[in-house]
Amino acid sequence: MDFSLIRERAEKNWKALETLKQPLIQVGMGTCGKAAGADEVYATAKQTLKQMNLLGRILQVGCIGTCYLEPIMAVRKPGGPFIYYGNLTAKRAEEILLSYLKNDNPRPDWAVCFRGEGPVDGIPRFEDLPMIKPQVRIALRNCGIIDPENIEHYIARGGYGGLARALRMDPEEVAREIKDSGLRGRGGAGFPTGMKWEFARKAPGRMKYIICNADEGDPGAFMDRSLLEGDPHSVLEGMLIGAYAIGCNEGYIYIRAEYPLAIKRLETALIQMEECGLLGRSILGSRFGFEIHIKEGAGAFVCGEETALMASIAGGRGMPCSRPPFPAVKGLWGNPTNINNVETLANVSAILTKGAKWFAGFGTEKSKGTKTFALAGKVERTGLIEVPMGIRLKEIILEIGGGVAKGKKVKAVQTGGPSGGCIPADLFDLPVDYESLTAAGSIMGSGGMVVMDEETCMVDIPRYFLSFTAEESCGKCIPCRLGTRQMLDILNEICEGKGTPEDLDILKEVSETVQKGSLCGLGQTAPNPVQTTLRYFLTEYEAHILRKRCEAGVCKPLFHYEIDPETCNGCGVCSTKCSVEAITGEKKKPHSIEQEKCTKCGACYEACKFQAIRIC
Amino acid sequence: MEQAIYAELPEEGRSEIEDLFNEMRKEFKGRPEELIPMLQRAQRRLGFLPEQAMLEIARITRLSAARVFGTATFYAQFRFQPVGKYIVRVCRGTACHVKGSDRLLETIVGYLHAVPGQMTPDGLFTIETVACFGSCALAPVMVINDSVYGSLNRSRALKLLGEIRNSFPLPKLASLP
Repeated sequence: MDFSLIRERAEKNWKALETLKQPLIQVGMGTCGKAAGADEVYATAKQTLKQMNLLGRILQVGCIGTCYLEPIMAVRKPGGPFIYYGNLTAKRAEEILLSYLKNDNPRPDWAVCFRGEGPVDGIPRFEDLPMIKPQVRIALRNCGIIDPENIEHYIARGGYGGLARALRMDPEEVAREIKDSGLRGRGGAGFPTGMKWEFARKAPGRMKYIICNADEGDPGAFMDRSLLEGDPHSVLEGMLIGAYAIGCNEGYIYIRAEYPLAIKRLETALIQMEECGLLGRSILGSRFGFEIHIKEGAGAFVCGEETALMASIAGGRGMPCSRPPFPAVKGLWGNPTNINNVETLANVSAILTKGAKWFAGFGTEKSKGTKTFALAGKVERTGLIEVPMGIRLKEIILEIGGGVAKGKKVKAVQTGGPSGGCIPADLFDLPVDYESLTAAGSIMGSGGMVVMDEETCMVDIPRYFLSFTAEESCGKCIPCRLGTRQMLDILNEICEGKGTPEDLDILKEVSETVQKGSLCGLGQTAPNPVQTTLRYFLTEYEAHILRKRCEAGVCKPLFHYEIDPETCNGCGVCSTKCSVEAITGEKKKPHSIEQEKCTKCGACYEACKFQAIRIC
Repeated sequence: MEQAIYAELPEEGRSEIEDLFNEMRKEFKGRPEELIPMLQRAQRRLGFLPEQAMLEIARITRLSAARVFGTATFYAQFRFQPVGKYIVRVCRGTACHVKGSDRLLETIVGYLHAVPGQMTPDGLFTIETVACFGSCALAPVMVINDSVYGSLNRSRALKLLGEIRNSFPLPKLASLP
């Protein structure tokens, strides 16, 4: 079928949805939404409409980014804007629908915001929310707005227009357009995408491959998952454009098996693409043909590394090889291969639609465009965000994230997962771009951003990451295999109170060896968490080693809980929470903890509403 | 590092494994790059990878048994011991860690009397840990079979597990292994 006809039909159907004469309800049905109970909300909405004898439509959409409000529902009456409600239960969802659709009361006291034509009394505009205002959504342009399982929604919002434009250009021109945009790889390393494509294009070989790397293995990151769940076509379109620019006809998506919903949505998307003539021999009537395979990863962090990923696709152990030869010359089955990250490809489709100049208008001189971050940890508003490069860390953490939860003090932010580092709060003026984060000892990484407060121990954090990298080290090269284990052993000793001052020197030396001597990125960056904490939080290491104290109350042998008799009012909640009966005391009189019995599980500390239990 | 000890499939599962391989022989061509998808397929059906399944895959792909076992043990997804009716997976991602997932895991281990990788004696639960589920905004997270539970605390986690346990009648003492 002709693409213009498909687009016409898609636009007609989208228009019909926008001017729907019945109520339209959207429920965020990403993995996060479902984890918070979106399925129940969806079922309730359906039932409530039926109960009120109302015809209406319920759409499942992806993640709009305000994950801390999940489950989220948006309700639109004919002609009105969408009104968003968060932290729903089935009962609350029903009450809202009855109140708004029946009695025309949108319940501003429960509403979060509205999106579309306003204003609505007492409800702020979506774009004015403090979490949303500093954001620019390019890669996430459709997430939370369209039904990810309906290709027409994507097409109606300009989707596959970039591909249509690319197919009218020479492949070289397409690669140049990406080069001009200044787009750099969003998987972490930040290599210029256009240049990568040119290498693969120029490499000799008849058979070439393009791979989309969706093996988002670093703990603390979920950008790629949300993007694939919320708008799979934006990534697939980018992949097609890349394939055309490189001159290849076959592509793979390597995705984690832990993301079943994203895999399902990709499979649906591929079927729909085929129906629309966007896959197969002659795409959109051109001479360009392309097919895509989905490969499920099997749970190995190292497979995010390009050569390991290809070894895994070929059916073996995912172990990296030394480079050169680079994948662009000799990759999958010895053929030139180009590997791009999910977010990179979602940007590609936007760049080809709107032009390189438009994209280069965002960001800094060397880091163009935007970056998505998975904002999580001890922050008030967690979620998936997309910000222009060059934004300051404090804007992200304090304005978008709303600062640290429960009035605690922010201590650091961790970027880049196990390959990144911890940036202390006094460096929060740092602009977020590839160079600045590297200079601070961390990396941009793929976008994990975990905020830490005073209850996070900065010796435990590198220990946690090292236990991960030591486990995930493939074992091929010695510096990584033994070095990560050695660093972990030392950190374990320090956390158990057995550390000595010499340990710090050894730690430093080993970390430098692992950094310089490892074969692939996993080993080369594994010492980053150790090095940054040594650089910025040396006093915490010293407290652990010299004073045998963990101020954060994390390393069990190095602290104990005490009840402050002045503050304790004897409510007794702590003693009911204690599973080892270590807390005793009469009702309404200060309680006390028997230290010999206490397992330091922290249940009492979490339960006390009066902060009477102290970490000593 | 836990030692991989391979288990046999119990007698009653034999016909299941035959059906599975009849299907797989039709579906796959036996090319080396199909090795991981075949292992995934077998585990999805059987819950784990019994020794005879891996040997059969080696025959179909004409790869050495060492290559098949070597690949299977490399990846965290594959398990070689039977699993309980409910697989409880506790996320050990960074955000979950910062929000106390180690304590959550400790509580669950204490409640179910099994360590990660182990099945409870009644065959009801298997505890596992995963590096990250990618639901970090809702940390700490636990997944029971395919249902994700977010923003957990210890009492909610125990309540969920207790509800499952209580929905099954207690086995007779004699039938316990």
